[in-house]
Order: sequence, then C-alpha cells, then structure tokens
Amino acid sequence: MALAAPAAPLKRTPLHSLHVARGAKMVPFVGYEMPVQYSSGILAEHLHTRSQAGLFDVSHMGQLRLAGRDPVKALEALVPGDLMALGPRRMRYTLLLNEAGGILDDLMATRLEDGLFLVINAARKEADLAHLRARLGRDATVEMIEDRALLALQGPAAATVLSGFCDGIERLGFMTATEALLCGCKCLVTRSGYTGEDGFEISVPAASAAAVAETLLARPEVRPVGLGARDSLRLEAGLCLYGHDIDETTSPVEAALAWTIGKRRRAEGGFPGTEIVLRQLAEGAPRIRVGIRPDGRAPAREDTPIVDPAGVTIGRVTSGGFGPSVGGPIAMGYVDRRHAAEGTALALLVRGTARPARVVRLPFVPHRYYPG
Amino acid sequence: MSTFRFTRDHEWVRLDGDLAVVGITDYAQSQLGDVVYVELPEIGHRVEKGKEAAVVESVKAASEVYAPVSGEVTEINDTLTAEPAKVNADPMGAGWFIKLRLDDARELDDLMDEEGYKRFIEEQH
Repeated sequence: MALAAPAAPLKRTPLHSLHVARGAKMVPFVGYEMPVQYSSGILAEHLHTRSQAGLFDVSHMGQLRLAGRDPVKALEALVPGDLMALGPRRMRYTLLLNEAGGILDDLMATRLEDGLFLVINAARKEADLAHLRARLGRDATVEMIEDRALLALQGPAAATVLSGFCDGIERLGFMTATEALLCGCKCLVTRSGYTGEDGFEISVPAASAAAVAETLLARPEVRPVGLGARDSLRLEAGLCLYGHDIDETTSPVEAALAWTIGKRRRAEGGFPGTEIVLRQLAEGAPRIRVGIRPDGRAPAREDTPIVDPAGVTIGRVTSGGFGPSVGGPIAMGYVDRRHAAEGTALALLVRGTARPARVVRLPFVPHRYYPG
Repeated sequence: MSTFRFTRDHEWVRLDGDLAVVGITDYAQSQLGDVVYVELPEIGHRVEKGKEAAVVESVKAASEVYAPVSGEVTEINDTLTAEPAKVNADPMGAGWFIKLRLDDARELDDLMDEEGYKRFIEEQH
C-alpha cells in the first residue's frame, strides 16, 4: 500500500488569527494559509476597494534587502529597468530576466539610503533568492526579511485614512517610499499597490502587524479584502499575475511590459537576454499580451483557446473572469501580433463553443493613482 | 408541500406535477460565492443522470452542475441570465435552473432526503 507523502504544513502570516476572527475563508496559497474572502464575499470586497478602502494581507510576498558596495548596479545586470535613475526613496516596477529574455519574476524595487528594498512574488521567493545570490556578484548582498509583514491599504479613501495616523502621508508621491510611525511602530510605507487605485503598501514588523491592521480596520472606510478580490481588482487594472500572464517563456515585449525597459537600458543593454529583447523592441514580438472583452456574459478562464473568426487558434487566455466594476467578463491573453490591434474581432472557445470577443485597450478600469 | 431530494454533488430536485425542478443547494451557493454567470441547456435537450446539465460561474471559477435525474429539458430559468445572483439569494426557490420531464421517477429513490443531505454535509467537514 502506497502512502501519500505528507503535505508540508502551511505557513501562517502574523494576521492569521485576525483573518479567522473576521470570518475569512482560509485557503492554501503558495504554501501559506491565506484569506480568499471574508463573509461579505468577493464582489462586495472588490467594489468596496474601488469606492472606499480595502486592507489586504500580502505578508506571503517576499521582502528582500539588497546592500553592499553597489546594489543598484548589481541588480541592473539582472533587470531591464533603469534603477540608476531612481532618486532616494523612489521605486520602480521591474523584471528579473533569464538569458533568453524570459521573465523569472516581476518585482518592486525601492531605493533606500542603505541599498534596495525589493518585494517579490511568494511563489518565487526561493528561486529569486538563489538567482540573486548566484548572480549579484561582489557588489551586493541579498537578505530575505523574515520578520516583517506586508499590508496593502488600497482605494480612494486610503490616503485620508492613513493620514489620520501619520500626518502628511497623503502627500507622499506615487511610487515613493517613506518611513512612518504607525501605532508607534516604525514602518516602511510606499505609495503603490496592485489594484489600480490610489493606495499604500506598508512593511511592518511582524509583532506589530495585527495592531496596525486592527487600527486601520477600526476606521469605517476600511474593510478587510481577500485574495479573491485582489485578483479581480488587478485583472481589471490590467496588471500581470506571475505564473499566469508572465513566466519564463514570455519576454517583456510579448508581455506588453516594454515600458519597464528604461531608455538608457535600451541604448546600453547589459541585462540578461538583451539581444532578443532589443530585437523584439525593434521588430515586434511574434505574440503580445492584450486585453479581451467577451461580447456575451460568459467568463473565459485561464487557458481558454483564442481563435480568429475563421476558427484558427491564435492564442490563449492567461487570466480571465468576471470584472465586478466592469460588470461583465474580462480577460487577458496572448495573441499572434497580427490580431493584437484594438478592436480586432476574436472568438473564445469556452466549453467547445466559439464565443465572439474583441481586443480592447488595457486597463479595463482606469488607473486612479495619486497624481502628486 | 413538495419534497426535495439531494445529490452528493450538491444539486437538488423536487417534483412539480409531473416535472422535476433542478437547482443547486444553499451549501453549494455558499461554497461558490457570488454567482456571476449561469449557462443553461436548451429546451428539448436531453440530460443524463450524473452528467453535466448546466454551468455555474462565480467570480473565481466555473463549476459544472450535474443532472440529478435523466430526462428532457422542458423549461429553463431564463431570469438567471440577467440576474445570476438569484442563485445566491434564493437557491432553493427563485434560483432554480431547469425543469425536466423525468425518464424514470424511480431514479429519485437513489437520492438523499433532507436529513440525509444534512448529515452528508456534516461528514464533509
């Protein structure tokens, strides 16, 4: 008789008991027990984030500290983003690339006085750490920050709420970081997020995370929001989910992330896969990530085949579902470049039936970041 | 008062005259979360016990709804197209999916009664 190997026990974030106490439905997610939704449900949580403010526990994500002689230069050798142009406390969205120009991970890099602060995907923590250790060279050291939680406060009321605890933080620029005292606890706050709304991410010592979260949740504008709504919010915002919309087989140009490749980097190169990425920039990639609106009401999920009006397969859906703020189905996927223009008619093979759809501009819901 | 019968896949069926009305249970809708789309078979379509009869989609995922009994679809709940949330609000009533002309009423005997289904759900936890 064969016995199944015991599954590794799920890790818990410092907010675990807060989630349970607030009626969260907990699910396994990349090795963590995480709230997928609370009792009000994904739709209500999604719409609340767009109208007021949602508090997300994203402590499963990796927080890294890069230090040493020249961490900026060292990391630039592994990503196509212009990190040297980052002023103090400024942050940038960038990509770890492999030698073929494929995306190993997407991340946020913030320049601090003593180095760089990175936020990476939970599922890529071990792989990224090994990659960075092997490739950063002598100019930088890398360290996983294990004793901090990460919260995201997102939505149009986020700035007003946070300024109630930390005077002046409502004027923090988009994609900028600052140290702030929240509940008497020193946090690193960035004006960033993954919903398309104005908002903040708060890196907080694990021991104080629940107190900070409870303090924010005590405000009437703020409700806890789970991973379910986090996914529908980022999809409406046209933002990529690693392992779905981007992975080692997709290049930045194919992923419609060419905007992350700095002008100086295009001229100088010096990042993994430079040759193929620059060639795709000049000539176009064979396929490209686009937004797709199904004509009817049926959602098209990940891996749904995309066909042209003649029925020939031209791509597949990488993220798809229902957009609560859009009020209908939305999807992103890769299509052959000849079918990527806005307005192009496509069909989606949902349960064997070809359903009409169109290529649309991303995002599905306009971004409402802090204009500064 | 008509009697509900239940499957292990969380569908219900009840007799309405000589027709069988089919839907998903309150437990099923609570597990799915907000229903955003329902796909129903066409009238005249034949469904087979245990085989797919409809599809219900929440924000997160699509799930198949299996026919609790075999028969021919005589009516579908069209209102779910515009108002899929009825499945959450009233799964055992206004949120019904299809009506069937039963092939064999004895198929109902294989299904759980309300008590049996309640015990079945408790055993799942």
